[in-house]
This record gives sequence, C-alpha cells and structure tokens, in this order.
Amino acid sequence: MKRVSLVAAFLVLGVLVVLPLASIVYESLRLGLGPALATFADPYARDAIVLTVLVALATIVVNGTFGVLAGWTLTKYRFPGKAVLLTLIDLPLTVSPVVAGLAVLLCFGSRSPIGAWLQAHGVQVAFAPLGIVLATIFVTFPYVARETIALLNETGRELEEAALGLGAGVWQTFVRVTLPNARGALLNGLLLCNARALGEFGAVSVISGRIRGLTDTVPLHIEDLYNEDNLVGAFTLAALLAVVAIALTLTRSALEHREPSGTRSGP
Amino acid sequence: MIPGRGIALAITMLVIAILVIVPLSSIVLSMAGITPEHFLAVAFSPRALAAYRLSLGTALAASAFDVVAGVWLAAVIAGERSIAGRLLNACVDVPFAVPTAVTGITLVTLYGPHGWIGSLLARAGISIVYTPFGIAFALAFVGLPFVVRTVQPVIATLPREFAQAASSLGASRATILRRVTLPLLAPAMLTGFALALARTLGEYGSVIFIAGNVPFKTEIVPLIIVTRLEEFDYVGAAAVATVSLVASFLLLLAINAFQRRLIRLRVAE
Repeated sequence: MKRVSLVAAFLVLGVLVVLPLASIVYESLRLGLGPALATFADPYARDAIVLTVLVALATIVVNGTFGVLAGWTLTKYRFPGKAVLLTLIDLPLTVSPVVAGLAVLLCFGSRSPIGAWLQAHGVQVAFAPLGIVLATIFVTFPYVARETIALLNETGRELEEAALGLGAGVWQTFVRVTLPNARGALLNGLLLCNARALGEFGAVSVISGRIRGLTDTVPLHIEDLYNEDNLVGAFTLAALLAVVAIALTLTRSALEHREPSGTRSGP
Repeated sequence: MIPGRGIALAITMLVIAILVIVPLSSIVLSMAGITPEHFLAVAFSPRALAAYRLSLGTALAASAFDVVAGVWLAAVIAGERSIAGRLLNACVDVPFAVPTAVTGITLVTLYGPHGWIGSLLARAGISIVYTPFGIAFALAFVGLPFVVRTVQPVIATLPREFAQAASSLGASRATILRRVTLPLLAPAMLTGFALALARTLGEYGSVIFIAGNVPFKTEIVPLIIVTRLEEFDYVGAAAVATVSLVASFLLLLAINAFQRRLIRLRVAE
C-alpha cells in the first residue's frame, strides 16, 4: 500500500515537474549546442540579462533593508494597529502581478501628478528601468519582512533589553544583537525575494514598454523570442532562468532544513 | 522599553505608504472623474463579466484539485524518510520556483498538438491548449506547492492518539479518515486552498500562453486589464483592476483568519 502510493507520487510529480523541466532542456538543445549558445551572442539577450540582474539587485537591497527595519519595528515595540500594519505588508502577496504593474504605472506614469512632477525633474519611471524596479519591489515586498518578523517575534525582547541595560545605544543593540539573530531569516527571505525578482513577468510586462536593449528583462525577452518562433532562443533563456531559480529555492530549503526557525512566507 | 519607537514606526509606515499604499490607491484615484454608472458599466461589461466567471471558475477548480492532490502528496512525503521522499519533497518546490513565463511556454509546448504529451492526447481526440481546461491545468500546476507546504507541517505533527483510539473502538480506516484525520487537517486545508486561490486568481504569465486569449471564451481577468491598457483605455483597466483588488483584499483577510485558527490549533495541542 505504502509502496504503491510512493510510486504513484513519483508518477504524478514526474509528469507534472520532471517532464516539463526535461522538455525545456530538450527544446533548447533541439538543434544542438551551437544554436543554443548563439542565444547569448545576441546583444538584446545580453542587455536583458544585465537589466534583470540589476533589477534583482536593487530589489533585494530595498526589500532587504525594509525587511530588517520592519522586523525590528514590529517585534521590538508595542503600538496600536500592529495587525493592520502586518496586513498591509502582506497585501502584495494576494494582488495580481498585473494589478501591481498597473498600480505603479498609474501612480508614477506621466498622466499622474506624481509622475508629471518626476518627469519635470528629469526622472522617468514608466517605460523605464526605474518603473521595472518599483513593480518588482511591490511584488516581492513581503518576502523578507515576513521571515524577519516571524523570527524576531520568537526571540523576544530580552536580549535587546539586556544590551540596553548594559549601556549599549539603540543602533549598537540593533547592529550587534538583533541583526546577527535575524541573519538566517534575512538570508532565507533574500533568496526567496531574489528568485521571484529574477522571474517576475506580469507586473514588469505592464510597466516596461518593452524597448529592446533598454527595458526588456529576461522573462519579457523569452516571450518576445517565443512569439517570433525563435523557440531555441526562448527555451535557452528559459533554461537559464529555471536553473537559477531552482538553485536558489533548493539552497533555501537546505538552509531551512538545517535551522528550522520562523514560518515560511513561500509555500 | 527600547527607545526609538517613534522614528522606527514613522520610517516603516512611510516605506509601506510609498511602495504599496500610494501605488494601489492611485488605481482608484485615476478614476476620479467618472460617474458611478460609468464605473459599473466598464467594470461589469459583458466581456469583463465573462472574464470574472472564467477566472473564478478555473481558479476555484484548480485550487480544489490542489487541495485533494496536495493533501495526498503531503501525506506520502511525510511518511517517507528515504532519499525518495526527499526527492519528492524537492520536486514540490519546482512549480513555485520556476518563473511564470517559463512555465507558460513550457506547458503550451508540452501539451500542444506537437508536444510530447499533447500529441498523445491529440491521438485520443483530446485538446487542452486554448481551452478553459488548459487554463485550469496551468493554474493547478502553479497552486499545488501552496497546499502541500501548508498541510505538510500539520500532518507531521498530527497526534496519533485519536486515530489509535478510534481504531481500538472499532472504526474503519475510512471512518477514521473522515471523522478524525480530515477534521484535524481542515484549518490547514482551508488556508492552503485560500493561498492557492489567491495566487491562481491573479496568475498571468503561466496562463496567457496556454489560454488562447479569445474574448468571452478564454480571456482571464489579468489579460483583460493588459488588453485595455494596450488600447490606452486607462479607465477600463483601472475599473477591472479595482474589482480584482477588492477580491485580493478579501482573500487576504480570509487567509489571515484561517492562519490564526491554524496557529491556535497547533498551540492548543
């Protein structure tokens, strides 16, 4: 009975997970290694890779910083309305990526007062890399914060109060006591945030305007290549993204296996 | 008392306002000039209504399927400490890890008429790409990890005493499952269902390639927003997005409520 269900589980996950992964590699190498590698010789593909890496970097810097700050604020202090603040941080988890992209577009596009003001001062957000960064930040906003809040909530306030009692300043306490404690949760959240940021599609496709060489990220470029019937190119970039994202996720599970702490914000 | 509450709280709220609240409210504010009748006409046009029906129907079907498949998979993985179990466990993360656009082009190629699986299905006279069934299939793929990962920790800590007591009192396996195990799992199943539903309702990248995107037939809600934007119909896009946003917010409140019950239950044990 147990053996039968194990075999059945392998069959189901094989068809659902392993077969699609195998078919990405197969489609990429269909015409041989040469045409697959030629994908990376295309300057537009290179530009897309560079842009995607830069957007992900900016996203993890902003969301990592906010995540640590939110972890500190929401667990070390008592204040009314904490549940509301927590709900607002979680909100991007259930918002459609397309709605997220639309929100950034309508807020910072040239038709809005904020966007018009920014444009008058030479800052372009819509259909520019900055808009892509803002949309990606929105979509991945809760990931780091949820991890750090869960962990710092468990560790309580005693260590910080002890440090303060021994004469440390607030900043010193934060850097020397709280931050080292939150390291595992921070890393976990950053890995998750980074994996999502590299592959974000819906939000970015609304705000990007898809100017090749300028605002085309790797996921958007995959769609372009697919629609042009360049399947080898599309699946080669897809394989690259899939390998990176799966590696990040497996690293995260491995870390989590070693030190089970906090609750996961991903599945 | 740790000093610095005022400034820490102020900066946290400022960041949330700039990055989340102001952008979201600008969707509603962008429709400031239009009348309520105009809003209702564009938000609930026949084409938008067809999209709500399709998105809700396929997302509900996919999430319901994920609950059944997810609980079963979580139970198999929980009972398996071998390498096989850990391999299965790693596989569950893949649909979550893989970027949505990659999932989209892969599923449509695999299940399309010339794909490995699609060609087999075609011989049997079944076509799933460009149909609502194809949409539900892609959504089920994307939503599955949410159920497994929510149910798994509960199954791992499930108290055995109840099942043993029921068994010694003469209950059959089916009765134990129905009257003892499933009620204990219910809060986790509900949370997993709501998480999967939230994700699948708004899903875009993995669906648009397999959907066919025909208005009234296979056009999902996020796609209608994108289409309106491409027509420079900003009011139309914002109106549909507002409806979608209300649904997201209600789902988030439901998830929070379910999760509180889940935590209370685990603490009570």
